[in-house]
Amino acid sequence: MKVDKSLPLEYGTEQNRLNILGFWVFIGAEIALFGTLFASYFTLINRTGNGPAGAEIFEIAPVMIETILLLTSSFTIGLAIHAMRMGKVKATITFFIITLLLGLGFLGIEIYDFIVFIHEGATLQTSGFTAILFLILGTHGAHVLVGIFWGIFIISQLFKHGLTPRTNNKAFIFSLYWHFLDVVWIFIFSFIFMKGML
Amino acid sequence: MDFLDRFAVPNPGPTIYASMVAIALTTIAIIIGLTYFKKWGYLWREWLTTVDHKRIGIMYLISAILMLFRGGVDAIMMRAQTAVPDNTLLGAQEYNEIFTTHGVVMIIFMAMAFIMALMNFVIPLQIGTRDVAFPRLNALSYWLYFAGAMLFNISFVVGGSPDSGWSSYFPLAGTDFSESVGTNYYMIALQISGIGTLITGINFITTILKMRAPGMSLMKMPMFTWSALITNLIIVFAFPVLTVALAMGTMDRLFATNFFTTENGGMDMLWANLFWVWGHPEVYILILPAFGIYSEIISTFARRNLYGYKSMVYSMIAISLLSFLVWVHHFFTMGQGALVNSIFSITTMAIAVPTGIKIFNWLFTLRKGSIVLTTPMLYSLGFIPIFTIGGVTGVMLGMASADYQYHNTMFLVAHFHLVIIPGVVFAMIAGLFYWWPKMFGFMLNERLGKWSFWFIAISVCLTFFPMFISGLDGQARRMYTYSESTGFGVWNMISFIGAIGLAIGFALIVYNIYYSVRYSPRNIPADPWNARSLEWATATPVPDYNFAILPEVKSTEAFWDSKIYGDKLFNKRIEPIHMPNNSGMPFIMGIIFFIWGFAFVFGLWILLVLSTIGIGICLALRSYEKDEGYYIPVDEIERVEKTGGKKK
Repeated sequence: MKVDKSLPLEYGTEQNRLNILGFWVFIGAEIALFGTLFASYFTLINRTGNGPAGAEIFEIAPVMIETILLLTSSFTIGLAIHAMRMGKVKATITFFIITLLLGLGFLGIEIYDFIVFIHEGATLQTSGFTAILFLILGTHGAHVLVGIFWGIFIISQLFKHGLTPRTNNKAFIFSLYWHFLDVVWIFIFSFIFMKGML
Repeated sequence: MDFLDRFAVPNPGPTIYASMVAIALTTIAIIIGLTYFKKWGYLWREWLTTVDHKRIGIMYLISAILMLFRGGVDAIMMRAQTAVPDNTLLGAQEYNEIFTTHGVVMIIFMAMAFIMALMNFVIPLQIGTRDVAFPRLNALSYWLYFAGAMLFNISFVVGGSPDSGWSSYFPLAGTDFSESVGTNYYMIALQISGIGTLITGINFITTILKMRAPGMSLMKMPMFTWSALITNLIIVFAFPVLTVALAMGTMDRLFATNFFTTENGGMDMLWANLFWVWGHPEVYILILPAFGIYSEIISTFARRNLYGYKSMVYSMIAISLLSFLVWVHHFFTMGQGALVNSIFSITTMAIAVPTGIKIFNWLFTLRKGSIVLTTPMLYSLGFIPIFTIGGVTGVMLGMASADYQYHNTMFLVAHFHLVIIPGVVFAMIAGLFYWWPKMFGFMLNERLGKWSFWFIAISVCLTFFPMFISGLDGQARRMYTYSESTGFGVWNMISFIGAIGLAIGFALIVYNIYYSVRYSPRNIPADPWNARSLEWATATPVPDYNFAILPEVKSTEAFWDSKIYGDKLFNKRIEPIHMPNNSGMPFIMGIIFFIWGFAFVFGLWILLVLSTIGIGICLALRSYEKDEGYYIPVDEIERVEKTGGKKK
């Protein structure tokens, strides 16, 4: 494998550059996916049937905590990539672990939030509105869960091989994914929770 | 026994039992054949584990032809049932199942696979590279498609076929009206093969954007490559919509949610909208590569460069954007109101403009050309008038107020068959004849090829023109029978005769393949058609690494210019070539996805969890795998080059 030293390691080989472009295209597809979910959400938002509307079940506290956890994790994954660029493997791993822990915290609170919804009479089957609410939050949450497993694989490879064009490429692509989930959450926070509670 | 009851077919008939026996016998025959001829190892090493885009293309091709026959048998049965009034050959339920599977198989598993076949084989050669950007993912795409196709095709012998139309409108497709697992098959099989298609889209966009031969700027790409790039962009933005719609439909059917129900706030029209937001771009996913193929073939056999290269590109871009803005025209009659209908009416008719530009460009390419009437060229020439008839009737359907007359009649059926068959199927057959020598190292018989063209072209008109008339007379589509007093009998009989002609035409193509395998001369040149683009610049059959030296390109038709003006394509020295290793992982993942889908269809939750974990393990193994590929040394490349591409 030819490594181009004038570029950061994650861009160093031809395959690495292909991987990164390919992943950006994948994010394009993900935008279409979440775009469809949001469009469906706003189609079904008032179709609550006999169930509760958003304003009746949304609570500010867990949503704020989730937001803070996920936004912070986006910052720490940025620090991880910064450390990676400076060649500091220990710092990279540390920030990766912090990121995943924050992601895990986010998931925990999201599950708690789901249980609250169900206790307040908003189950998956209650209405068109609750179905799309659970689908959109669940899709985002499932992405975070996949990200956590993926992140664990990358951490163990960073431990084993250190910073190589290969591991750096994986770590960098993971960071793109993680930032993307953060962006989606900002939309969920603003247009589902904030708008729903106002 | 209760557990096994769920796998029983709800409406068994003699045809179903005959199919079960046929499937069992075929499977046994394949297994015995492979064992007897000791081909298991060959099959595994050379095909099931391959990551070579050329072999993956050929596997897509074989699958597409198989699916063409599955869908074709469905079509013949439908035409036979409606050939005479008050026919009792098929019952209403059987007829529902057959038109549903006909549509799905033809669109998703035949046409898509055919396009993937030609894109896989041709694009890397045409842009002068050695493989796609992600060869392993490419194999995974194929095996996901194959898993989806097999899952869909077992539905009629295990548990029951889907029966609510290829568009599966809710609430008809909901559990109230579709009680069998048929529609579950539809949701899950499309989901699996849809993921495969999305991965292909990502793969080819990356390949075309980053791996073109030195000197090939975007505006110097061959037209088929351009069409593939735009098609894949549409795939990446349209397929996620289908993913979401199918996920919702699956949840409605299996978890009793209320996305598309008619109570508790569900909204059945949401399905129709989401389906067609994907479905209409899907039409252009099918037609744009076909346009690309016609552009290649027409300029090759008119011996002229393509007229209006830039306008061809810009009209494809315009079509791709407009394709996302017309979906409501599929249901003008379903209550949007006049304003919305008018807007979508206008966008629909606007698509005729870029399409018309392309038609005129092909005609101008032909003008003053020295036309060679080969089989691929015949199909391309036949395409222009028949497709125009299909297209113009589409504009008629696009007029919202007039559509109240045509909607859901045989007029519509005639329209979309007359765009899809000459548009897509003709292109695929033309492409098959055109690239066949590059794929297999011998040519298909021209005489049989021309016979098949005349059979198919005349039969298409014979089958579908009468439907315009019976449709205007009020024959609804999807009606399994009609009374004699309607007067539809004569038109449907003509259609049936046409359908038999089509069957003969396709049988001739298969016979042609058999005949050419046996008798066609093998010592053909690398460029038998005197063609214009880079795929003809390498040896036939194509060596594993495609090009010993990567070509350098100066113009749109670099290979033609190298023949006429003597531009040198290959200037560098031979260096060791890096190749990816074969892998069994995509095939294994295909099998696990098949099991996953089967478990989902029948709600076997333990199996579903286990297979999900299996998929996760495969992904993890891939993450930890160290696979650097291998290098082909220079002396081996030189040896292969001397023998003209042959391995040994």
